Amino acid sequence: MTTTASISTLSLTINGEARVLAGPATVASLLDEMGLAGKRLAVERNGEIVPRGLHATTGLADGDRLEIVVAVGGG
Amino acid sequence: MDDLLTIAGKAYSSRLLVGTGKYKDFTETREAVVASGAQIVTVAIRRTNIGQDPNTPSLLDALPPSEFTYLPNTAGCYSADDAVRTLRLARELLDDHRLVKLEVLGDPHTLFPNMPETLKAAQVLVKEGFEVMVYCSDDPIQAKMLEDIGCVAVMPLASLIGSGMGVLNPWNVQLVRDAVKVPVLLDAGVGTASDAAIAMELGCDGVLMNTAIALAKDPVKMAGAMKKGVEAGREAFLAGRMPRKFYTASPSSPTTGMIGS
Repeated sequence: MTTTASISTLSLTINGEARVLAGPATVASLLDEMGLAGKRLAVERNGEIVPRGLHATTGLADGDRLEIVVAVGGG
Repeated sequence: MDDLLTIAGKAYSSRLLVGTGKYKDFTETREAVVASGAQIVTVAIRRTNIGQDPNTPSLLDALPPSEFTYLPNTAGCYSADDAVRTLRLARELLDDHRLVKLEVLGDPHTLFPNMPETLKAAQVLVKEGFEVMVYCSDDPIQAKMLEDIGCVAVMPLASLIGSGMGVLNPWNVQLVRDAVKVPVLLDAGVGTASDAAIAMELGCDGVLMNTAIALAKDPVKMAGAMKKGVEAGREAFLAGRMPRKFYTASPSSPTTGMIGS
């Protein structure tokens, strides 16, 4: 079987930018890798909110589109 | 008795709402917000900067949500869908926070609201339990539609966002004021303290501004001036101005007892 090779890397789009990640990964492990663990932020995966309580159990799949946002100054 | 502004069942003593954009740094942001006396502050929702040092200070440190009521906005959104997604993210970000400012823009040149998209987004958001304050055109018909949908406040523009042109159509603002029962907050276009006073004298329940304070030469001083402008305008509205007498003067001093009479 050769499918394991394709499962071991994940091609994601994070905040509009392409990014390849070693799999398996969860939302929590991704945030950790990005140095964002524990920060006040919100995550959307393929158009759906991933609640903070589910970051650790939400696995990422190849092709996922993620938005990671914070509050900034604005009028 | 206290004269309070009630939005979505919560009472506020300040009728001035301020934005938090365009300041030099978070220190200036905080000083200006404090000087304005505002209790509600708008914030924008944006992507994290990938690669940015995660330990750079954040707006939430300068203006803790425990001290201020956050009003996440949808600035920069040009479709109902983007606006709804942005506010769902805001709700998650701010721990099930419901009070939001909806704005769906029509084009980047005027930043005028796209009202069909705004109405569409408002319908979805109200259904999902958001308390929607909404940036809108100074049009009493659309304002009433937004109220009927269930928006908790309507916020017509005084003039273009960031223009500082002041209240360009006071008649329309009053028509909006008369068309709805929910609070009317004048949003966008205020340039200086007298503009804020005019908005309040027209019977608006509050004023929302950002650029007029942030881009003043001395933002903190201007924030204080805006606070006074809003308060003075509100008091004048409550006092009830004298009727205008066109083409006829009326002396303030007695007309009898003049020497030599």
